[in-house]
Amino acid sequence: MEKTIGSKWRHKDLLDVSQLDRDEALHILDTAARFQEINTRPVKKVPTLKGKSVVLFFAEPSTRTKTSFDMAGKRLSADTFSLATSSSSLVKGESLKDTVLTLQAMNPDAIVIRHSMSGAARFVADRVRCSVLNGGDGRHAHPTQALLDAYTLRHEWGDLEGRTVLILGDIAHSRVARSNVLLLNLLGARVRLCGPRTLLPAGVATWPVEVFSRLKEAVRGVDAVMCLRLQLERQHAGLLPSLREYSDEYGLGARHMELANPDAKILHPGPVNRGVEISSELADCADSLILDQVASGVAVRMAALFLLITRKGENAQ
Amino acid sequence: MSAPDCIVRAARLNGRVVDLYVADGKVLEVRETGGISATNPDPAPAACTEIDATGLVLLPSLVDAHAHLREPGHEYKETIASGLDAAAHGGFGTVMAMANTAPVNDEAAITDFMLAQARRAAPHGPRLRPIGALTKGLQGRELAPMAELARAGCVAFSNDGAPVTDSGLFRRALEYSSDLGLRVIDHCEDPGLADGGVMHEGALSGRLGLKGQPSTAEAVQVARDVLLSLQLRIPVHVAHVSCRESVELIAWAKQRGAPVTAEVTPHHLVFDETAMRDYDADAKVNPPLRTADDREALRQALRDGTIDMLATDHAPHAAHEKEVPVDEAPFGVSGLDTALSLTWSLVADGVLDEAAFVRAWVSAPGAAFSLAVNAFKPGDPADFLLLDPAATWTVTPQAMRSKGKNTLCRGRTLPGVLRYHYLAGRPLVAPEPGPARGR
Repeated sequence: MEKTIGSKWRHKDLLDVSQLDRDEALHILDTAARFQEINTRPVKKVPTLKGKSVVLFFAEPSTRTKTSFDMAGKRLSADTFSLATSSSSLVKGESLKDTVLTLQAMNPDAIVIRHSMSGAARFVADRVRCSVLNGGDGRHAHPTQALLDAYTLRHEWGDLEGRTVLILGDIAHSRVARSNVLLLNLLGARVRLCGPRTLLPAGVATWPVEVFSRLKEAVRGVDAVMCLRLQLERQHAGLLPSLREYSDEYGLGARHMELANPDAKILHPGPVNRGVEISSELADCADSLILDQVASGVAVRMAALFLLITRKGENAQ
Repeated sequence: MSAPDCIVRAARLNGRVVDLYVADGKVLEVRETGGISATNPDPAPAACTEIDATGLVLLPSLVDAHAHLREPGHEYKETIASGLDAAAHGGFGTVMAMANTAPVNDEAAITDFMLAQARRAAPHGPRLRPIGALTKGLQGRELAPMAELARAGCVAFSNDGAPVTDSGLFRRALEYSSDLGLRVIDHCEDPGLADGGVMHEGALSGRLGLKGQPSTAEAVQVARDVLLSLQLRIPVHVAHVSCRESVELIAWAKQRGAPVTAEVTPHHLVFDETAMRDYDADAKVNPPLRTADDREALRQALRDGTIDMLATDHAPHAAHEKEVPVDEAPFGVSGLDTALSLTWSLVADGVLDEAAFVRAWVSAPGAAFSLAVNAFKPGDPADFLLLDPAATWTVTPQAMRSKGKNTLCRGRTLPGVLRYHYLAGRPLVAPEPGPARGR
């Protein structure tokens, strides 16, 4: 069964949601659903990607995304190799091009890249033969995060069609928001954005979203709220007067959730600044899916690694 | 009248077919071809170079009022020798070199050095005309010794690359340079508004997740400059105009008689922000490529004279500097090799007429910076090009003479091949094995 799936996949790389059509996005989610079962077994490992090597090239600090990809690879029996910022030659002044060519020379089957600059994943993909998975490039894209968010909501709702999702906070600097806007639209959900004007992206009026500046209005009647992490340096960059004021105006609290639809869900890509973008009680409440997102992440990344590495029917189980 | 030592026959000069007679490095006469008769004898003596220019377009040598030749200090990007070689083959007879070298061209010794390098590399041209720094070290704090720089040969002053934010200092710089009769060229950018943006701020930058700089970052400083020009009645030259707002401010000031001039680059006339769509670091220029609407405003402004001239903003970089993610890449495109063909393509497409092309590349910069240029009048310097408008060439790194191969035209086939370039009556470019001598 998996052989057929893998052989149909057409993309060498997963760089952004924009490259996917609706069927492909759903196909990743369906594949992830089948892999999720493996994660609940006593022995959480299948030989699907045995003999394949996956480089985790994280040129920007990351704990959860890196661990998630690492675990996803290992549960499919791929060998994973980490290249972290501190040990990477990038800190020795090597260019991204040279690092990438060096990695390519070792002939991996996939490279997962996290980088602080928008377009970096594309830059790598253009220069290597193996598959490249974007683990987050600057403000641009974080496709596996959007996929795991959709997976999590789909698990709750069955279908995203007609649902309304509010993305709240620092949209301008968020690759999570960009990828989610694309994917939620692709899957038929309505998207709202809310944040201070200083943290909204240029040209947001052209996005397929509704934009709100007041949280109380934005949250009314939504089925889920996705909070974004506020990078604390935004205050120093002059985009915010203070974290306290931000928290007063845009921090999600129980009083807001009363305005949302009953059973509205709460998501957060982590790591959470408790008391800044979301109150601690809400982060831990019954409708919070924050830990479900983490669990979904492994399954979605297993699916992505599987589909890319075994495309054209190469070495499928 | 002296006898001609070079005759160009049957060339197309703005719609006419003419013969050009040259003597002692100067234009002797331009005559309608075929006008030779017993009463109008051909004055060609026996020993004279003759060029059959049938089908070729005759143009004066171009002036580039804005180039970065990188020497001294960044010779790995470009040298005066390689830059002038690219200029010669790109149709430029005069190149004005910006001051942001290392060290900065803020004292006569640097100007002297640049001119000496040019004499060594290109004794017969193209002519190097350095632009002096407006402030010491381009730091924007103290005036550079402009009189000293002018004596050494600088033809204008600019803080290009490091905009002067202190408007009071900028005013003093305009006043001081006006005593010398030389124009200030201003790179208009408010650094706070530009805020480190790597492309035009708009829907595309928002979608790509790249930091944008708004048109306003340029326009507010254009407003400052034209208001000062109007108040002080002192000329100011606005470099590389990129947006509609700046065009409208310049038009407003000119209507009120401000002695303002302005330039636009070939890349801002031909490309727009969509060149950045695939994170192409070669499309990273400052000011950024803006929208299709801005590009249309720039084209219209060049046609109607609101923008006076073209200039390349030639900004060569080494390949490894541009083969990086966009955020890391330096700004700029290499322009001397491609500018002539790129702007000739606008003539071929009917965007510009030939007269506007010549005004923008030759007479306007000549007038603004007091440079001797060829208007094909008797006594003018015999600086001319013969361009084959029917031929094309493909832009490849090998075809470019600049060391900077950072171009948006890579792989493009452009119209217009330069067959001959004469400067003061001497060939800088001629087909191998050289033009036929004698008759």
